[in-house]
This record gives sequence, structure tokens and C-alpha cells, in this order.
Amino acid sequence: MTDTNPGAITSEVVTHLASLARIALTADEIEKLTGELGAIVDSVAKVSEVATDDVPATSHPIPLSNVFRADVPGVTLTTEQALAGAPEHDGSRFAVSAILGEEQ
Amino acid sequence: MADLNDLTRISASDLASKLSSGEVSSVEATQAHLDRIASVDGKVNAFLHVSTDALANAKRIDERRAAGESLGELAGVPVAVKDVLCTIDMPTTAGSKILEGWVPPYDATTVAKLRMAGLIPLGKTNMDEFAMGSSTEHSAYGPTKNPWNLDRIPGGSGGGSAAAVSAFEAPLALGSDTGGSIRQPASLTGSVGVKPTYGGVSRYGAIALASSLDQVGPVSRTVLDSALLHDVIGGHDPRDSTSLNEQWPSFAAAARAGAAAESLKGLRVGVIKQLDSPGFQAGVSQRFHEALQLLTEFGAEIVEVDAPHFEYAVEAYYLILPAEASSNLAKFDSVRFGLRVTPEGGGTVEDVMAATREAGFGAEVKRRIILGTYALSAGYYDAYYGSAQKVRTLIQRDFAAAFEKADVLVSPSAPTTAFKLGEKLDDPMAMYLNDVTTIPANLAGIPGMGLPMGLAPEDGLPTGFQIMAPARGDARLYELGATLERLLEQQWGHTLPSQVPSLG
Repeated sequence: MTDTNPGAITSEVVTHLASLARIALTADEIEKLTGELGAIVDSVAKVSEVATDDVPATSHPIPLSNVFRADVPGVTLTTEQALAGAPEHDGSRFAVSAILGEEQ
Repeated sequence: MADLNDLTRISASDLASKLSSGEVSSVEATQAHLDRIASVDGKVNAFLHVSTDALANAKRIDERRAAGESLGELAGVPVAVKDVLCTIDMPTTAGSKILEGWVPPYDATTVAKLRMAGLIPLGKTNMDEFAMGSSTEHSAYGPTKNPWNLDRIPGGSGGGSAAAVSAFEAPLALGSDTGGSIRQPASLTGSVGVKPTYGGVSRYGAIALASSLDQVGPVSRTVLDSALLHDVIGGHDPRDSTSLNEQWPSFAAAARAGAAAESLKGLRVGVIKQLDSPGFQAGVSQRFHEALQLLTEFGAEIVEVDAPHFEYAVEAYYLILPAEASSNLAKFDSVRFGLRVTPEGGGTVEDVMAATREAGFGAEVKRRIILGTYALSAGYYDAYYGSAQKVRTLIQRDFAAAFEKADVLVSPSAPTTAFKLGEKLDDPMAMYLNDVTTIPANLAGIPGMGLPMGLAPEDGLPTGFQIMAPARGDARLYELGATLERLLEQQWGHTLPSQVPSLG
């Protein structure tokens, strides 16, 4: 990510993005994506042509505000239901491998 | 004794009449569709899962009807459900290996409403993985084939739902439309599909692709059938904070009024200059202009409208969608549900997560997550995501100006007929451009319908006519859609879906 060519997609950029997105891409995938993303980004960059300062951004097509429900207990999933699809659990909690690596 | 084969060929509305008069039972209707699935789905691959409870559910509806209970209009009618919608009794994969075999602990609101109205879920339909695609070739479970020509794609992402209704495997189906995933497959398979106003149908339990664009909607072979299904699934849902809390008119009543209309006098039909492109397939443009001529002869006034920012719509969409998708798909983390892959020699939870997502996601999903991560990164956010959101405002303004001049806007539903399997797989940008006609409605949150407008002369494949209305104006789609459907069928002397090859 150099300042001289902002937005350039290099294999280093894709490797970094993959680590941010938590996907262990293979070297072949990184190479292929570098070319594909470069072409896509070149194309979609066109949006900046008309996105001038005086245009407000729209994040939601039909804006709603203050969407609240009544503050009363509802029906929620049971522990068994919540755990039913988990790859590993101990009957009351999701089980995962170590959060921190040895060097941390 | 009713001829069971016929029950798959009639509309949901006609089937509902036969059920309510007692001429046929829901068990017979459901069995006929299960038989049809068994006989043709090996070729079509519209279904990822076929329900084992359908006949038992049908039997219960027959018993309730026999007991004199007052049931909804579609009670006992079978329906297929896109695999993006959670079903408590069937696996829900969204076309991805990362969710293979996952059975959700709850029903999507739309599915719960189907069951409450007595419809019979037949199974789950194939789709591009997490609804990312325009051809259903990005399903992890193999592509769906177009019933009109098995060498062609059925469109996507909801190719399974569209193929299921056009191959007479189901009279009705649910789809979801983020950038055209209901309307484009409808066009390519000669069926009808509607993307409702954003917030008109609950998204609760619909596995999110891009939350500000996704809408669940009906898929069918007739305009009235989509209207009947929309009436069942629509309305406010407190479990979806983007659901509109308002009353909706009966869309079935709108469709019936449209089918009975004696003239379109006074209706201003706007043709969007940018979506009537010389770059579209010749037979698509030809059928579109013939349909406009038909509307004119029936009294409608055709006006040309300009939407200058539509040329930025696909580009804005392919920034907004990946940005929202990369965030929505972060939930597939190998911890709470779905696949877990542990790298050789173990590792931290982060290593497990990265190995799981590498193994569980297909190429298109990875491409879009990486693109979305890029569009949201510090330093590029304003240039890409921020600019795309501004384009969204400009497109909304284009629509607002267009609806000053016209009551409805129309275009072809898709720029081409169905292309060959594999033809666009290696060129993501070419695949993305399939959605040029449908994406603007999603960006603006307005409703859109696709319905058949005839076969393209050059390849004999279906073409689709798109109608768009202002937000909350879904009834206008059904009214005009039903009128146009009637005029076209009078001209042809038959319905379009009746011309599909037998596949048997």
C-alpha cells in the first residue's frame, strides 16, 4: 500500500486483507485474486467521479429511527438449542482452542 | 380420481380452488409434486433437500379442512423454499459447505408465516453460495440447470427457486433478492418473481448477504400466484428492525383488478433510457418494445425518463454489497455453528477460524469478502464505500425525478437470455454486469417485478419484462403485471411456462 498509487492491489495487499478477513488463502489463490481484484477495483473506482462533497451518503434505503420493542422478556433459545449446531461444546458452553498463542 | 400429473401443471390459485372445493386433497397435490421432483430433479438440480415431512403436513391440512376449519386461501398448496431461509425441520446451507447439514434452531419469519397459512414446504432450493452470483454456478452443491435448456444457467442467485417453478416441481417458491436474485432468474426461466419494497417482508431468519439490500419475495408462474404468496409473507415483524410497521393492501386483489382491467388509460409508463440499451441482446430489446406497443394499444402512455446515475449503479453495488457481506459473514467463525477445520498441528482459535473459512467458503465468497474488507479499510473507506453510498443517494434522486413523470418504470428484467454454463465463470466483472437492470431498485429500496414477455427469436429462450414502482407501491406491480400477462397470453394463445420442454 504505497502513497504513490493508492488502491493498487498487490499480492502483499491481498495477503494482508486475507489475514484481516481470517481466511487462510493459498499462494495460488492470492495470486489469482490479486489480478481479479485489481480489475474489479479499477472498474468500481468509477463511483468517485460523481461522489462530490455536496452529496449526502445513503446507508439505508428507507430510513427508520428509534425502533424499539417493549421491555418485556421474550422467548429465547434454550442452551441446548443454542449449542445444537456448535462444532464442539461442553453441554453449557462453546468449546474453542487456545485464544492466545505461545508467543503471546 | 384426479389426474395427478395435471396437478403440477396448474397455477397455485387454481390448485387452491380445487383444494377448497374438495376436488383434490393436499396429500394428492403434494405427492404429485414430490413425484415430479423425483422424476426431473436429477436433471435440473433445483433442490438441495426434499422434505420428509411434506406428506404428513399435507395430511394434517386435509384433516383440518375436513373438520370444517376455516383455512387460508393457499392452505394445502406446496411451496419450495430458497436455502437462504432458516427452516427448523430442514438443513439450511445457503449453498455453502460451511453450513453443510446445519439445521437451524428457529424458522425464518417468512417460513413460519407459510406454515401458519397452511402451505406445505416441499424442500430447499439451490442457490449461489450465500446468494453471491447470477447463475447458481457458485453453489457448493453443483449448478442448477435451466429447464428450458439444460446446457444453460437458470440465473441466480435464486436459480433453484426459479427452476423449481418453471420445471413444474413446485407451483410457488420463496426467493431473496439483493441485486436481482429473484427477478433475473425469473426472466431467464420464463417465470414471475417479485422483490418487495425494502422492509415490506421480514428478513428475520434470512441468512444475510447485504443487510441494506436484501429482500425476501415470491416466485411463481403467474402474477396472481406471486400476489397470493406476497400476501402471506408480507407485513410487519418486530424481530426485524428494518421491517416497515404499516398496513399493506391485498396484492391478490390488485392482481385480480389488473387481470380484469378494460384499459390502461391514464397510466404513465416510464421507459428508463439507460435500461433500454443498444448493448442488450436483440431479441430481448425486440420483445420489450413489442410489450410496450401492447401497453400503448391498451391505452397506456409511454414516456421516456432519464436516470443519468444508473451507469454507476453496478459499480456502487459491488462496493456496498461486498462491504456488508464481509461484515455479515464474519459470523462463520468455527465456534457457534457450521464447519470447523483445525489446521495440522493445531493452533489458536484464530488459526482454526482462518483454516475453516479457507476450507468452507468458495471462490466467489472469498473474492467478495476480500473486496469488502478492502473497501472498508482505513485510507480507502471514503474513496470507495463512502463514494458508493453517495451514488446510492444520486440513484434515489434519479428514481424520485422519474416517478414525477411516470407511475411505473419499466425495462427488460435482464440484458440477455440464459447463457451457457461456464460461459462467464472466469470473468467476474462480466458476471456482475448481468444485474445492470435489477440493481438500481435494490439500491433505492423500491419494489420490482419480473414477468415473462416472450421467447427471444434468435435462441427460443425466455425474456423478462421488469416493472418498478415507488417504495410502498407494490400493488402497482401486481396490477400492471396482471394486465400485461393477460394481454400477452391473449396474443400467444397460451401461457409462457406451458411451453417449457417436458424433461420427462
